Amino acid sequence: MSEIRKRPLRLGCGGGRNLKFHIFRYNPQLPGDTPRMQTYEVEECEGMTIFIALNEIREYQDPSLQFDFVCRAGICGSCGMVINGRPDLACHTLTAKFSDREITLLPLPAFELIGDLSVNTGKFMRAVSERIEGWIQSEEADHVDFNRLEERMDPDLAEQIYEIDRCIECGCCISACGTMRMRPDFLGAVGFIHVARLRLDPRDQRSDDDWYEILGDDDGIFGCMSLLGCEDNCPKNLPHQTQIAFLRRKMALVR
Amino acid sequence: MKILYADSLVIGGGLAGLRVAIASRMRGLDTVILSLIPAKRSHSAAAQGGMQASLAAATRGEGDNEDVHFTDTVKGSDWGCDQVVARMFTQTAPKAIRELAAWGVPWSRVRAGDHQVVVNAERVTIRERQEAHGLIMARDFGGTKKWRTCYTADGTGHSMLYAMGNKAIELGIPVHERKEAIALIHDGDRCHGAIVRDLITGELIAYVATATTIATGGYGHIYKISTNAVIVEGMGAAIALETGKAPLGNMEAVQFHPTAIVPSGILTTEGCRGDGGVLRDVDGYRFMPDYEPEKKELASRDVVSRRMTEHMRKGKGVKSRYGQHLWLDITILGKEHIEHNLREVQEICEYFLGIDPVTDFIPVRPTQHYSMGGVRTKWTGESPALRGLFAVGEAACWDLHGFNRLGGNSVAETAVSGMIVGEYVADYCEQTSVDISTGVVREFLEREHAHIDALVNRTGGENVYALRDAMQQLMMDDVGIFRSAGPLQEALDQLKALLRRTRSIALRNRIRSSNPELVDALRLPRMLKLAICVTKGALQRTESRGAHTREDYPERNDRDWLKRTLAYWKVETDEEPTLEYEDVDIMQMELPPGFRGYGEDTAIPHPDTARRQEQIEEIKRSLPEADRFTIQQALMPFDVPAKYREKNERIGVGYT
Repeated sequence: MSEIRKRPLRLGCGGGRNLKFHIFRYNPQLPGDTPRMQTYEVEECEGMTIFIALNEIREYQDPSLQFDFVCRAGICGSCGMVINGRPDLACHTLTAKFSDREITLLPLPAFELIGDLSVNTGKFMRAVSERIEGWIQSEEADHVDFNRLEERMDPDLAEQIYEIDRCIECGCCISACGTMRMRPDFLGAVGFIHVARLRLDPRDQRSDDDWYEILGDDDGIFGCMSLLGCEDNCPKNLPHQTQIAFLRRKMALVR
Repeated sequence: MKILYADSLVIGGGLAGLRVAIASRMRGLDTVILSLIPAKRSHSAAAQGGMQASLAAATRGEGDNEDVHFTDTVKGSDWGCDQVVARMFTQTAPKAIRELAAWGVPWSRVRAGDHQVVVNAERVTIRERQEAHGLIMARDFGGTKKWRTCYTADGTGHSMLYAMGNKAIELGIPVHERKEAIALIHDGDRCHGAIVRDLITGELIAYVATATTIATGGYGHIYKISTNAVIVEGMGAAIALETGKAPLGNMEAVQFHPTAIVPSGILTTEGCRGDGGVLRDVDGYRFMPDYEPEKKELASRDVVSRRMTEHMRKGKGVKSRYGQHLWLDITILGKEHIEHNLREVQEICEYFLGIDPVTDFIPVRPTQHYSMGGVRTKWTGESPALRGLFAVGEAACWDLHGFNRLGGNSVAETAVSGMIVGEYVADYCEQTSVDISTGVVREFLEREHAHIDALVNRTGGENVYALRDAMQQLMMDDVGIFRSAGPLQEALDQLKALLRRTRSIALRNRIRSSNPELVDALRLPRMLKLAICVTKGALQRTESRGAHTREDYPERNDRDWLKRTLAYWKVETDEEPTLEYEDVDIMQMELPPGFRGYGEDTAIPHPDTARRQEQIEEIKRSLPEADRFTIQQALMPFDVPAKYREKNERIGVGYT
């Protein structure tokens, strides 16, 4: 059973819709606490995002509610959560998007739960970086001669690299991934897009043989079932489908 | 009692903190980073437009070098900066860009040939040189003589932070996430680390370290609306202040960015104007050329923000339920340019405003953006009062920016000061050893335990959010772009009253582990102390300099105010800081105070200015054959760590 708490009178945006937020609650730090859903009512304001609504709930109704925001501008990847069934960034989701006044918020699955809507994506993403060795590997990177003119790069290539450098490690792709449910060690789209980015970069000197060592099994590129939850739910609209297909073809050619 | 030891402890995992940690680790030191969040989510990622460094590869950057960058930075600071630091910075900035290029930042590159660009609202053709093809490109930014701002589209900070973050992972530097430093451990003379609260379990841990570096960013959220990430609450500066020993510098120097969107305060980059965007009023009229005929929209940030506010006061703003605003018009840049070079701006407009900047004007107004003030340091990055305490990036008053920071110089400062200060931190660690009794550590731990116990056990009292809101509103209303004695005094009195009230904050959620209300309750008194430092500093500074504008004292007053404010919180029970002033010595300057080039020159001169100017002419005359480096060293010697002393190469001119 969910419990409804009335919001005390404040501000008043005048005539806004009365939104109902159904929010997952569980604090693993609290002995005896059990997972449950809790409902809060919030009066909608023009331009209200889930960021604004959650902070209003915390400040005026329930100071124990846990969630993560940092940039609140869609660029840092802190606030991934499942919003009415789909993983997305809460900060750039306008409440006006939902016509029926009911908004259900759940923490991203596949990550360790910290409490309520807060999950430990940091630990997961660090492990991904370590696993793919997600830094530029070259002689130059280890011994930079920064007094000289930099290595030249084709301007189009620089743009192409930036296009897939835009991943913010929010974890939405991991939560939306069907393969992830079956293979807990699956690398996932976030890992693939980073590999595709490094592979495209002439500064990184790894060969496809090297990449095969990282990607060439069912926990890597061959495990992907092409359900494309990553492509459908990436808040940065990164081209996961194309990159995964491309990597798979390249890796299939290795052996 | 849980104690962890490190050689180099870095508080904050943004660009500056990461780079100090990398320097420490590369020198073989045991290094730990503490961060509230995963490092790659730090506010550094929000730097959209770019990083200044005088690479001079773009056609409009030709002729640029350290000297020109130095002059722009000093003028931009309204002569408030430390010129030695500005020299160290401009010398090292090209190396920082090139290091980051080697570590993977996909800097946008020069494309040889003719390009249509927008300058002063007109399409013009610029030809990029064949010999520069493929080198790092730069764009125009406010307050700069040359196109000097290197960028990756408008995601520069993101690309830099990921390259730097991944480098730190390669080096195996541990980032202890969701940890907050709540006090510095010190013996009145030396800093020995920090008391740290685990934000998940609530456990308190003592991190004992040889060197402690604060890299926690600015204090933007003492204001209600800020472009800053929500975690930017000045906690590093606050715990330094609370030592009672370490001073904060120039806290009243707060920058307002001209183009944050209304109402959320999210930033749209200066690159919008750098690339040719213009500001328009309620009538669609482009008003900036009337105020600043020469630099127009690309005047320095403080100038543009003031002019916009003036124009809105004349009733020329667009009225909305969130107050007045103006329009940023980038439609003239065209769809292709916006989709390639300003795509984050486009996304922000789409998600938060429901508009497309290709066809629509963007509602903007000046909004709190940057903290020039911070933990006062020497040019080595070390506190002048507490040995072993360093500060870097926005958290520091290293004093690169004086009273106004140039766009593109902050993200540059993070990387550059990280490189420089990182070496001095490592030097300090190599020359010093930990020397502290566990008794002292225990005292600090017990003090913080007792503080949290009192807070959690209190059953009735003040609401932390109501008090925070009151503080943020006061700062918005009375300590904003235009300041004067009456409102500043009123704000100071009220902030002090709020600080008293924080002593009776009671939590509604009274648990010690993972508890956002407890976090906010611990931070609020510290935020108030910073707000009081800002306000008192602003009240006492009876002049206008850079971003600090007093309506009752509109002139820059070099005679009486060429000084840096130092704020000390000497006794814990004090309700306001003790302010002291440090002279900015004209007789040591390479570039004595002059006219910045905006509006009329009303500055009250300092008697030393003319003397120093004469001296400089004399030195130059005595070195008729010397190159620019020799002359510079004769005027104002400076040093950087040995590895950064070499000259920088540029296309077409080599190392000259």
